[in-house]
Amino acid sequence: MNIHEYQGKEILKQYGVAVPEGRVAFTVDEAVEAAGELGLPVVVKAQIHAGGRGKAGGVKVARSIDEVRKYASELLGKVLVTHQTGPEGKEVKRLLIERGCDIKKEYYVGVVVDRSSGRVVMMASEEGGTEIEEVAARSPEKIFKEVIDPAVGLLPFQARRLAFNINIPNELVGKAVQFMTGLYNAFVDKDCSIAEINPLVVTGDGDILALDAKLNFDANALYRHPEIVALRDFDEEDEKEIQASKFDLSYIALDGNIGCMVNGAGLAMATMDIIKYYGGEPANFLDVGGGASKEKVTEAFKIILSDPKVKGIFVNIFGGIMRCDVIAEGIIAAVRELGLDRPLVVRLEGTNVELGKKLLAESGLNITPADSMADGAKKIVELVK
Amino acid sequence: MSILVDKNTKVITQGITGKTALFHAKGALDYGTQMVGGTSPGKGGTTVEIQLENGTTAKLPVFNTVREAVDATGATASVIYVPPAFAADAIMEAVDAELDLVICITEGIPVLDMVKVKRYMEGKKTRLIGPNCPGVITPGECKIGIMPGYIHMKGHVGVVSRSGTLTYEAVHQLTTRGIGQSTAVGIGGDPVKGTEFIDVLKMFNEDPDTYAVILIGEIGGTAEEEAAEWIKANMTKPVIGFIGGVTAPPGKRMGHAGAIISGGKGTAAEKIAKLEACGVRVAPTPAEIGATLVSVLEERGLLEKCITRR
Repeated sequence: MNIHEYQGKEILKQYGVAVPEGRVAFTVDEAVEAAGELGLPVVVKAQIHAGGRGKAGGVKVARSIDEVRKYASELLGKVLVTHQTGPEGKEVKRLLIERGCDIKKEYYVGVVVDRSSGRVVMMASEEGGTEIEEVAARSPEKIFKEVIDPAVGLLPFQARRLAFNINIPNELVGKAVQFMTGLYNAFVDKDCSIAEINPLVVTGDGDILALDAKLNFDANALYRHPEIVALRDFDEEDEKEIQASKFDLSYIALDGNIGCMVNGAGLAMATMDIIKYYGGEPANFLDVGGGASKEKVTEAFKIILSDPKVKGIFVNIFGGIMRCDVIAEGIIAAVRELGLDRPLVVRLEGTNVELGKKLLAESGLNITPADSMADGAKKIVELVK
Repeated sequence: MSILVDKNTKVITQGITGKTALFHAKGALDYGTQMVGGTSPGKGGTTVEIQLENGTTAKLPVFNTVREAVDATGATASVIYVPPAFAADAIMEAVDAELDLVICITEGIPVLDMVKVKRYMEGKKTRLIGPNCPGVITPGECKIGIMPGYIHMKGHVGVVSRSGTLTYEAVHQLTTRGIGQSTAVGIGGDPVKGTEFIDVLKMFNEDPDTYAVILIGEIGGTAEEEAAEWIKANMTKPVIGFIGGVTAPPGKRMGHAGAIISGGKGTAAEKIAKLEACGVRVAPTPAEIGATLVSVLEERGLLEKCITRR
């Protein structure tokens, strides 16, 4: 789960990680009020769940109240297009008004879980302000890593070593250690999947601050973090994905016109792949899961049908825990409730397959059966042309 | 022969009184697996009765702890159907009881819990498969997990996969061609897991009854790339692969917690390229996994040996 920069900074503050003083603003008046409290200059920052805002004109330094008013009214309601939003961009509905600081140097510090070692890793680099993937490609020797033993956490000597490696000035190493330790503690306490500070800045006054903060949370752990769930911004999510999450369906909206319903994430990805292989474009990823009930299957169907881009649907089920008759009943119920105005190809295999096929055949609905995954993909691509 | 499990393996089910656990305990018993008991804290001393397809009733003893269950039944393996909030603890309890093998089916365990589990398991003898996996099956002998037994057939092709249903698809394509499987191992869809591709490839490499291997991967992480290098350096048997997620958009978690292209890394294209460069032929579509294997087996003169049913 993603959150906004201002929310990430509030969390980090609780863990002793120094961040610039700032306020969130939802209106121009609030922005002006915030600037009054903080003192000029302030930075007016668009808050969207995507990076690259600076380059896209979403971050402005305001040196007068008039400029605060100007930038706030320009940015609020603007659709910002960054290299991470896709061409459709994201509408800005919130601003972070932040006290400006005198940036002397920029660094990068990030925390992730490394799969190979199964450990939390803190990475740091003197190349702050750039995309870390670029640094990794260009000059990987400039990225330093500390692998953290969960039994003892980030040890002070590890944080020191990172700080020395990225050339934090000696007199500021203590502050850097405090910063890094706080960042690690926040990561672990809040079950983050990523915590990126890019850039971490050393200021002219000798402070170490997180100028930007990107915290992302492990969806599997949200059950134990109601305080994080409360930060969810539904405006930043696709409506269908929100609806799907209400029913515990794993759904991701894509750009194509062939809706998919599959059991199992691997098979669902492979179904998207094979549709594309035969010249079609998947409209979504949807894993209806193993224990899905007739109701869940119906909801899944409704969500797919609610997408006006969808011109046809491919249901590809290999029943293990999922029973083919349950899928069949769900599809029949959904179609009866909503009507079926688009081609539907169904491929069933696995547990109770004969019963499932029989139910569909006897339903009187206009369903095209498929013998195999390839057969089904070819058929739906044809029907949608 | 097979790897990990066979007809002699005795298994217990942790969380046995739950609906899903009972359903699959029945599935295991119907298949002929030696499911010998289970745990459910607080329900020790009771028995679960399971009506089997052959008309008999299996009566499995329930214990409060894994240790008690192991002492009473002599089980060397366990399968876990415990909910995500409690599953890491269940794994560690099984490790503490010194089981040889623990298979965790549960999806949704917090990643940082698994980081702790991995640390806990260092230096201990237990092998963990999963979490978020369909389980392990040696056809004709032992089925531990949620896979439909009937699609499998005894034979000589090993299967190792991060996916559940996509594995069934592959197995089905083999069985319908008369090509049986030695063991099929689902390592699971999570980013931090007990067993990786390389671990299973090693076992298949050393199993005299496995003549070829199918590797099914997906986007996210670098396990397939690491496996490719290992295969090139060590594998004495042909490996063919399939990688799901060629069309997956970056930055989105495609169902599996581990299936995410992050910072441009972990794409299907990279994995496919690396595998091919290391001598692993990759099927171009999921429907051609069986056909790709057949081609490679023919080229190596192994097809006859691998056909276990006419």
